[in-house]
Amino acid sequence: MKKKRMPHWLVLLLLVFLYMPILVLITYSFNEGRTGAKWTGFTFKWYIELFRDRNILRAMGYTVLIAFIASTLSTLVGTVTAWGIRYMKRNTSGLLLTINDLPLLNPDLVTAISLMSLYIFLKMRFGFMTLLLAHIMFSIPYVIITVLPVLRRISKHQMEAAMDLGARPVEALLKVILPQLKQSIISGWLIAFTMSIDDFVISFFTTGSGVSNISIAVFSMARRGINPKINALSSIMFVAVIFLLLIINKNRKSRKEDLAIEENILLH
Amino acid sequence: MKNRFNRYAWPYALWAGLIIVLPLLVIVAFSFTKDGSFSLDGYKLFFTPLYLQVLFKSLDLAVKATLICLLVGYPIALLISREDSRRKNTLMLLLMLPMWINFLLKTYAWRPILGNTGLLNSILEAIGLGKVQFLYTEGAVLLGMVYNFIPFMILPILSVLDKMDYKLIEAARDLGADNRRVFFKVILPLSLPGIISGISLVFMPSVSTFIIPVILGGGQDMLIGNLIERQFLKVGNWNFGSSISVILMLVILSTMIILSLFDREKRGET
Repeated sequence: MKKKRMPHWLVLLLLVFLYMPILVLITYSFNEGRTGAKWTGFTFKWYIELFRDRNILRAMGYTVLIAFIASTLSTLVGTVTAWGIRYMKRNTSGLLLTINDLPLLNPDLVTAISLMSLYIFLKMRFGFMTLLLAHIMFSIPYVIITVLPVLRRISKHQMEAAMDLGARPVEALLKVILPQLKQSIISGWLIAFTMSIDDFVISFFTTGSGVSNISIAVFSMARRGINPKINALSSIMFVAVIFLLLIINKNRKSRKEDLAIEENILLH
Repeated sequence: MKNRFNRYAWPYALWAGLIIVLPLLVIVAFSFTKDGSFSLDGYKLFFTPLYLQVLFKSLDLAVKATLICLLVGYPIALLISREDSRRKNTLMLLLMLPMWINFLLKTYAWRPILGNTGLLNSILEAIGLGKVQFLYTEGAVLLGMVYNFIPFMILPILSVLDKMDYKLIEAARDLGADNRRVFFKVILPLSLPGIISGISLVFMPSVSTFIIPVILGGGQDMLIGNLIERQFLKVGNWNFGSSISVILMLVILSTMIILSLFDREKRGET
């Protein structure tokens, strides 16, 4: 009897609070009328308009392109760096990790305007490159703090053992160390990717000359008032997120490890 | 052998110095200059009633949001931690899912609900109560903060409660403590690290946000984040903008120091 009871009403209430706005948004994305709560009929027209909007389509393209390049480069650099940090003296690695934490601890706004100031200071032209650099800048720390704890659990003697048995250093790395890091590297990439897709503040301040991502496009649309196209866009993104999570979950042996990584970032 | 590998971290150290540390130094330098020479004008300007009021309003709203998140989030974390592990995982996933959704879109989602012709007002009108101005008020901004950041309060607390040794509670009970004492003497002190990271994870983004006031506050509620954005993007007064940013950083740094003192004190006791 005890097993089948519902979660406490407070927990249910929180879930309603968290999901209600999203569900309302999805419902309205099919509403004929432009504004207001009145239901005036079912339509797909906002979706059709959304896919006719050149600006939004371009922003979507930039979002995915930047997220892909930034997260991939960050994963490469972050993993190699984590490997190096493992062999640094404690003081040096402590300092580097503190600096590495700064973008995670500083408010986005401060990171954003400080980068913007740097770009101005260096007289760089705002656009794709500045945006990409900014995304790489805030993605690498996530990769490092995801990969490093796993790397630290691997004994340093494993490399030596592999090499004693005749493996070249590269071989030892690829065949012994890397397979053990695979899971955390994938997680690091995913975290960097989602952070990049989700970012607004830093992108807003570091882009220019017509390059914008989804968040910036939404922001400029939302500033002008309620626009049902945004509802349609939100619905698509929400469904995409759920699909992505389902796919990731299916490919994972244990959810526990994901939660542990998420926790590691939260409690950092 | 060992020392050969640490060189792999040096390129990143160089990069981090250039793109993480240098920009912050540039901001600090900007904050102390005017027209290229040393000046405290930015700070002097900030410490006038007009701008201090903005700082106080930001602090006020952020503290309120943090308190609401803590008071609502803690019981919820406690309730979830008592579920069996399968359901706990499901609930945690449900809490995390909204974190994956674009922050702007989540905030924007409240507009059709709070608007003057929105869902809430239609319901109020249908049951005979008049219209209420929800959108573009301070309350809406507060709601936006709580809505966006409450998972950041619940999850750290939950993970600490989850790792807590249940035998300690049993021991306290065996020694005659009632529910209240078990909670205040055992559970609460042990969950303090989670509370502290929850507080900083809610307070920091709340005090520095500038999107929520723009989307839900109609730009009337000028918080410190809006002030910084405006100085950099609209007014073009980077020196003043930098001064405000340095002050914001100091606010956050001091909060973190205070919080870590709390943490250490507790750890020192045990």
